[in-house]
Amino acid sequence: MADPLHQFVVTKTIPLAIGGVDISFTNASAWMLIVSGAAAVLLWLGLRKPQLVPGRAQSAVEMLYEVVDETIVSSAGPEARKFFPLIFTVFMFILFANVAGLLPYSYTVTSQIVVTFTIAFIAFIGITLVGIANQGFGFLRMFAPPGVPVAMYLILTPIEIVSYFIRPISLSVRLFANMMAGHVLLKVLAGFVVTLGIFGAIPLLVVVGMTALEALVAVLQAYVFTVLVCVYLNDALHAHH
Amino acid sequence: MDAQAAKYIGAGLACAALLGAGIGIGNIFGSYLSAALRNPAAAASQRTNLLLGFALTEATGLFGLLIALLILFG
Repeated sequence: MADPLHQFVVTKTIPLAIGGVDISFTNASAWMLIVSGAAAVLLWLGLRKPQLVPGRAQSAVEMLYEVVDETIVSSAGPEARKFFPLIFTVFMFILFANVAGLLPYSYTVTSQIVVTFTIAFIAFIGITLVGIANQGFGFLRMFAPPGVPVAMYLILTPIEIVSYFIRPISLSVRLFANMMAGHVLLKVLAGFVVTLGIFGAIPLLVVVGMTALEALVAVLQAYVFTVLVCVYLNDALHAHH
Repeated sequence: MDAQAAKYIGAGLACAALLGAGIGIGNIFGSYLSAALRNPAAAASQRTNLLLGFALTEATGLFGLLIALLILFG
């Protein structure tokens, strides 16, 4: 059976190194460009000639816009709307990367922890800065929620601090593990189709079903990432509890 | 016992995380169904929360799988 992890290998398309730093153009960077390009083309097509009664492309763009807008307003409040461009960009990039990964012979950009961690870490640093700018030292109250006995703070504050700093890790590992596990599972099942001969029809049916589930997971994980960024933004914008 | 055998045992043990994920996902969908059958009018409004909870729970099982892969290939 072929190695199910082979699909995640990064290969150098154009080897390039400046000052000993490897900045080669790889298959991963190519797919990142394709994914961002596809998202940009969809938005451009939809908004080229905006009409009162939207066409197909414009409806798609409006639906994506409304989903993100509704998520931001419902989980972080209307004043979080000024961060809409950033959150919409993150959502579109992850959504397109996840869905493009389902195409045969494609490369799933979000199955690399370095990609998801970079996005999550930028969001985490940005949200922390927004919280400090918004609440000043009051932002530290987040680590000491009110309404508990004083002795409890000895236990509660370390837990709150750890749970705050674990956020970029859990955010990135969730997306990366979902993408990687799904693709490995599909590969392993596809291997059974060949090795089982005539009985391979059974795993083939399972693969078809799993592909449908993976399509759901791909969209869902992009949405979950967006929702959690909005929830964290809510902590930064509004005083805790 | 050589190190390779211990690695495989450890990777198998790490997959025990799937136990919790299975219970969690079953619980989410079970609770949703029982609540939806009591009040079908409100069921559609909670579907987003259902899928969100499913995705968050599923991820905890995948953390275990990740540890298994790290043990095997790390």
